[in-house]
Amino acid sequence: MVDIIYLTVLLPLLGFLINGIFGTKIKNEKVIGIIGSSAVGLSFIIILLSFFQTLALPEENRKQIIELFTWINAGNLNINIAYQVDQLSLIMALVVTGVGFIIHVYSIGYMHGDKSFWRFFAYLNLFIFAMMNLILADNFVLLFLGWEGVGLCSYLLIGFWYDKKFEKSTTSEAGKKAFIVNRIGDFGFLLGMFLIYLTFGSLNFSEVFARAGASGIPESTFNFIALFLFIGATGKSAQLPLYVWLPDAMAGPTPVSALIHAATMVTAGVYMVARCSIIFVSAPAILTVVAIVGLVTALFAATIGLVQNDIKKVLAYSTISQLGYMFLALGVGAFSAGIFHLMTHAFFKALLFLGAGSIIHAMHEEQNIQNYGGLKKYMPATFTTFLIASLAISGIPPLSGFFSKDEILWFSFANGNILYWGVGAFTALLTAFYMFRLVYLTFMGKERIAKDKNPHESPKVITTPLIALGVLSVIGGFIGIPALFSGEGGNKFEHWLEPIFKNAELKLAHYQTYPHSTEITLMIVPIILAVTGIMVARSIYLKNPSFADKMKSKFYGIHKILWNKYFIDEFYNWLIVTPIYKLSESVLWKITDAKLIDGTVNGLASIINSISTRIRKFENGIAQFYALIMAVGIAIALFWVIFTL
Amino acid sequence: MESNTLLSIILFLPILGSVLLLFINKKNENLIRYFGLAISVIVFILSLIIYSNYNNNSGEFQFLFKVSWISNLNISFFIGIDGMSMLLILLTAFITPLTLISSWSSIQKNVKEFTFFFLMLETGIIGVFISLDLFLFYIFWELMLIPMYFIIGIWGGERRIYASVKFFIYTMVGGLLMLVAIIWLAIYASDSLGYFSTNIIELYKIGPTIPQSIQLYMFLAFALSFAIKVPLFPLHTWLPDAHTEAPTAGSVILAAVLLKMGTYGLIRFNLPLFPQASIYFAPFISVLAVIGIIYGALVAMVQKDMKKLVAYSSVAHLGFVVLGIFAMNQESLQGAIIQMVNHGLSTGALFLLVGIIYERTHTREISEYGGLAKVVPFYAFALMFASLSSIGLPGLNGFVGEFLILLGSFQSSVLNSWVYTVFAASGVIFAAIYLLWMYQRVVFGKVTNPKMENLNDINKREMFVLLPVFILIIWIGIYPSTFLKVSEKTTNKVIEQVFHYQNITIK
Repeated sequence: MVDIIYLTVLLPLLGFLINGIFGTKIKNEKVIGIIGSSAVGLSFIIILLSFFQTLALPEENRKQIIELFTWINAGNLNINIAYQVDQLSLIMALVVTGVGFIIHVYSIGYMHGDKSFWRFFAYLNLFIFAMMNLILADNFVLLFLGWEGVGLCSYLLIGFWYDKKFEKSTTSEAGKKAFIVNRIGDFGFLLGMFLIYLTFGSLNFSEVFARAGASGIPESTFNFIALFLFIGATGKSAQLPLYVWLPDAMAGPTPVSALIHAATMVTAGVYMVARCSIIFVSAPAILTVVAIVGLVTALFAATIGLVQNDIKKVLAYSTISQLGYMFLALGVGAFSAGIFHLMTHAFFKALLFLGAGSIIHAMHEEQNIQNYGGLKKYMPATFTTFLIASLAISGIPPLSGFFSKDEILWFSFANGNILYWGVGAFTALLTAFYMFRLVYLTFMGKERIAKDKNPHESPKVITTPLIALGVLSVIGGFIGIPALFSGEGGNKFEHWLEPIFKNAELKLAHYQTYPHSTEITLMIVPIILAVTGIMVARSIYLKNPSFADKMKSKFYGIHKILWNKYFIDEFYNWLIVTPIYKLSESVLWKITDAKLIDGTVNGLASIINSISTRIRKFENGIAQFYALIMAVGIAIALFWVIFTL
Repeated sequence: MESNTLLSIILFLPILGSVLLLFINKKNENLIRYFGLAISVIVFILSLIIYSNYNNNSGEFQFLFKVSWISNLNISFFIGIDGMSMLLILLTAFITPLTLISSWSSIQKNVKEFTFFFLMLETGIIGVFISLDLFLFYIFWELMLIPMYFIIGIWGGERRIYASVKFFIYTMVGGLLMLVAIIWLAIYASDSLGYFSTNIIELYKIGPTIPQSIQLYMFLAFALSFAIKVPLFPLHTWLPDAHTEAPTAGSVILAAVLLKMGTYGLIRFNLPLFPQASIYFAPFISVLAVIGIIYGALVAMVQKDMKKLVAYSSVAHLGFVVLGIFAMNQESLQGAIIQMVNHGLSTGALFLLVGIIYERTHTREISEYGGLAKVVPFYAFALMFASLSSIGLPGLNGFVGEFLILLGSFQSSVLNSWVYTVFAASGVIFAAIYLLWMYQRVVFGKVTNPKMENLNDINKREMFVLLPVFILIIWIGIYPSTFLKVSEKTTNKVIEQVFHYQNITIK
């Protein structure tokens, strides 16, 4: 199965081509949906079989590279289209094709009746194609192909309803913003690649990482490489300061938000940093930057999430916040914990978005949670699964989110410091609060539903994916039960990934060990905080809704800042966008081009013209005048000869 | 040898065709069109035959053909190709029939003259790319000006006279300085060889022995002429006018091929003839190239005319090519050459698409459009595809070129600084901004202008023109080796030539 791994890339591409080219002719939604879903489903099966095949291999043989053909070859550069199957890429591929398949099926129901149904599935397949390239690439350039490819699909899908309004602007504006902000990150990624090539003479993972592990390269070089790569990661994974595109990306259809802007694409930055772990641990300063950016982003986004009223917006900020946790994990050198959270987050966040989609569908495109309430009785399946996911993201044991978040918090203390842990734990409180604010306002309490809406449970094609993800959200954490509880075998997930991060972890400073009591205490406190968050949300939004309004008016200033997301977008516009535009238009184009350069050229032309007009007077056709000029000329020449002699 | 005459045949076939065209009745427009097309298609087929006989494993000039011409001055009709010329001939022969088809309906007046000039232009262009005698090169270089002047001046837009005169004068000025330099070079050759020579292969051995102080002037004389043609900032202002006023076919051929004559000249003449001066001036020219990348992009961003936007984007793209040339290593130079082809395809496609919509709406104002996705979906797709190629999306052609250029310039021993690459790479961001913004305003949103409500989507003929270009865009994006291999040995040789003389300073 491993040797046909390239099919997992080709099948989605094929699905894209079939639906993209013949979609308008096929017309039948079922056929289109089945083509799209089965392309991903088959890929999932291949990946799953490859996984078991790899599992049966001895640990040292688990990395396999399947080369297809030479892509770019010039000078010393030799880039292949080649796929690397190893522990890390398999985990990622399982998540992407697995969750991807579930969301494809869901989309058959969700996009039912859309006039561009075929286009939607074509784009989704194209996305999976790009994402699989990103994950399976055995070199940086192919990874970058996937990296930009998923960005393109994100752009196309955010602006999928291209003539629709979105907030103050349009969906296509949101798509464009996503692409451009991502390109700023890609700029960093590109520079990172150039520096890697300059330093290691290669862009293949195996060669680069082997050479990076060997000593002899100055730390400052590593710092630059890691910094450039991390800039790329902040763009794709929506971290400060490049997170601004993700909230706007909610303009896309909800399955897109679930698949691309929650479960898979946005985690690409986490994957990339984990993949380059050896480079990052060789750049300790930047590793600290990663941790701090992750931590601050986690907290910052969570605070914004507290007050948003658009159901998808809350989830979007929650995604940014959870991605922050993952970077915190990477930043303290807990790479497998980061990947673990990436996986569990993919389950419960995809579930939350799909649940939101189910609600939005039932509520006829209404997205304001203030206009929901009491939906529990209309939509029991959606409610149950949504609740499970909310508990999971809040870190309530024994759901998946608990284990992965606990890992991160533990390592942020053990490998980092008490401040990392404190802020992380506090963010967990905020997370529980805003998630249950959402749950209570949506499903419970008084109905605040407009009269023309009649909410109803979604069809099976929508609820079945919800249940599937619900199951994963519950049990997904068990493969990563910490060594503290699982005894002999240790953390299975960590163990599986160990060979990937072994070299990086060896390079990290050795940390002291702590007694079990510390570990247990640090585990219990966040649980208490999470429960507190839930209880506070319950007491306000279920029991005493007017309290929220009172708080709002009491802390008017703070609320306004949070509501307007700290005015970051406005700040960027004022600082960067507007000045560049004005400069280009009035200075570069209208002055430099039109006046300075053209003015000089035209000026020269008119000088020559006026000189020629004057010289022309000499050619007046009068022979006597010519004779005179000749005589004067000879005289001057004579004088000159005489004087120089 | 049979294959050696092939080169002469594709050189003279177009102009022969244009002479034969004179005997066809002016009123018989369709015959004229088909005749012109037939000639250009034959040229394309011949270029493929040449390609199939071209030996990728040799860096030497191939298909050499030499006939004494002005024997007193040792000037001969001397032609031959290396990998770079091979690619550019293929590009020229590929684009010309497509542009002729594209003008099938848009050119209605003076079809005969139009076809006449177009075929003449093709001979001029091919001549430039295959001449191995400086004098012969110069003849073709100037010859190609004449048809282009008329194509803009007769079939252009409202300000066509201004644009064509500007185009003509800009290029002429550069050309004259080059002529002076050519004569000086030939005389210098007669000092060291004992006879007057304009033979490029001979001059490659003599050029580097020119004393540094004079070499710098020689370099500049050649470079100015080429820089205008490229165009390199700040010599670019003829380009937006020429592009905007030219008919679609003119813009396409101008962008796709004519601009490449400038970058071709830099690689063919400046680098190997004046290696020490090239290294000396590399940082200076690279700075201009990088300014061009950013400046062209920023100015493109604020254009209100779709065609002008594409024109300014050319300034940015060609900046990449020039940077690649003067970074002077294998990666960057290979990138520069493939990027010449890429720019021809993607910008050519963009101009075709602007032409297609202009033909239907008679406007190029971006603000007049909007919501075209709903009205003309195939057009919307084609425009997206061409834009993505121009943006440099990996998997399409533009990425391969830009990536190699930037990768090469980053580690260039001649430039020896990251700064060039850092700034140049920011052009990657700007390209996304101006093209996606243009796309958004043209294609997305709701149709607001009633004029746009009933447009016809791309027809079969237009699809026939675009499809081959798109196939090549994907081909180069996924399997560029086909083309990189052709120029590999050539770039190798150029770089060897440059660095062979690097440490030999001649006083």
